[in-house]
Amino acid sequence: MRAFYGTHLSNGFMLGTAQSPSPAILADAFQRSGASVATVSLRRESGQDRAGQDFWQMIQSLGVHVLPNTAGCHTVKEAVTTAHMAREVFDTKWIKLEVIGEEDTLQPDVFGLVEAARILTEDGFQVFPYTTEDLVVADRLLHAGCEVLMPWGAPIGSGKGLNNVFGLRAMRAHFPDVPLVIDAGLGLPSQAAAAMEMGFDAVLLNTAVAKAGDPAAMALAFAQAVAAGTLAAEADPMEPRDMAAPSTPVIGKAFLS
Amino acid sequence: MNEVTVIGAGVAGLAVTRALLDRGAQVRLVDRNGPPGAHGCSWWAGGMLAPFCEGESAEEPVVRLGQRSADWWDKHTGLVQRHGSLVVSAARDHSDLKRFARRTDHFREVSGPEITALEPDLGTRFSRGLFFDTEAHLSPRAALAALFESVTKDGAQFEVAEVALEAQDGLVVDCRGYAARDATPELRGVKGEMLVLRCPDVDLTRPVRLLHPRIPLYVVPRGDGIFMLGATMIESSASDHVTARSLLELLSAAYALNPAFGEAEVIEVGVDLRPAFPDNLPRIRRDGPDGRVIRANGLFRHGYLLAPALGEMVADVIFENATPEMMDEAIA
Repeated sequence: MRAFYGTHLSNGFMLGTAQSPSPAILADAFQRSGASVATVSLRRESGQDRAGQDFWQMIQSLGVHVLPNTAGCHTVKEAVTTAHMAREVFDTKWIKLEVIGEEDTLQPDVFGLVEAARILTEDGFQVFPYTTEDLVVADRLLHAGCEVLMPWGAPIGSGKGLNNVFGLRAMRAHFPDVPLVIDAGLGLPSQAAAAMEMGFDAVLLNTAVAKAGDPAAMALAFAQAVAAGTLAAEADPMEPRDMAAPSTPVIGKAFLS
Repeated sequence: MNEVTVIGAGVAGLAVTRALLDRGAQVRLVDRNGPPGAHGCSWWAGGMLAPFCEGESAEEPVVRLGQRSADWWDKHTGLVQRHGSLVVSAARDHSDLKRFARRTDHFREVSGPEITALEPDLGTRFSRGLFFDTEAHLSPRAALAALFESVTKDGAQFEVAEVALEAQDGLVVDCRGYAARDATPELRGVKGEMLVLRCPDVDLTRPVRLLHPRIPLYVVPRGDGIFMLGATMIESSASDHVTARSLLELLSAAYALNPAFGEAEVIEVGVDLRPAFPDNLPRIRRDGPDGRVIRANGLFRHGYLLAPALGEMVADVIFENATPEMMDEAIA
């Protein structure tokens, strides 16, 4: 697996920490799945006087890498402020950068994203930008200093899976050396496996686990799918073909009988 | 049995006091802030007695134990309204309604015309919903006042005082909610914000929940054109302010339920902290010198639903030396 700003993760499963029925269920989901990264969104109101620290301490006690995010930020200024707050609270340079551009689809404002990525990179952050599969935007983000890209599978919370397989394949092929994470839109483990089979380095999801009837079991299912997809990608999958290719030779068989 | 001191006159402390009185104890009820009021988070509650709806996200004990709450409140206050609860969603969020239905029971699916028949003021805005006909609701402030009156009438001695728990003679039951965090490190605060509106143009008979992937809302009718809108759930222990964003979200959702809410008079904005343990279930714990302090806490968003069961279990600990299911020992 490609390294994320020099950090090698034990697996490609990143799990969000919002919307869980309870912190105990969330901790159980991490324990059963072995997810390597926890993303946590910071509301600016919780950052004042560290009012959210009961919850943050619980997340830090999970013993996984913490990737704070700027979820819900609609402007560059908000995202930058939130990133600074996150760095202080979690003592990490990592920041998952979200600059939301549209309220219904929650799709990224890619212009604001590139600008915020540049500001934060110059300030010493290691930015994980939530972006689309657009190659030109991806290129701008890399030029702004990002060393990881997080294209969406589908809109946040939609559970639609990999919406644009062609675009995502093109992105993977176009940036062979950049760690790529499918972020958002996954609803089922099979979709996570498909992403890993396509050569993505990790998947990040939240709603699919948090809103499952049994979140811990669903987290485990995703972890197993990620493991299967990772193994499959490493095992060099066969190429599909148009005609049947018999797995046993037909010559010598009594095929005219 | 010596006198038992109950600290905290919120919904937990009052239910514990009621249960102890019913078993013949002498109870001294102490609250540094006086009788039930705006200083306690019970004051800001929705007052839905909706065990089945809560099953959407709560653990099994909430659904099971919560089913007794409506009868208990009826017996002790006579203020329970039994009109069920209605759950609806906008057409674009019907998948949330399907999920809610899968995660709960004791409801029937209702069509658009049935929704209109149940709540004419929802008009024809909703084409699908779930009706939980056995659920109930009450007005929390009236219920607290009635319960306070009933326990003091039946002999509980009420004092307004700041007391050191360990310095008391006899048994002490600590029902201080989030204020007990100093003694209960794994307790956390979950911030909730709510609004009270006066809107005589809208008439609702029962609590209505509007499902939304990000901003779930409920509206509880209080009668006389008064409605409570709730409630946000934020992992934060700061209860000193309500954010504009929360107000915007709550009001937008109410507006979606009925645009007439746009003309409502905002008569109150409230915020407080729900005390919660990591699994969001209440706990009873023996603590202090000789186990003389019993901590009963963590009702989270289920104060009115679970306080009756909490009170009974505290009484079981004291009178039967039992280990009820909410006790640490029963959970470990």
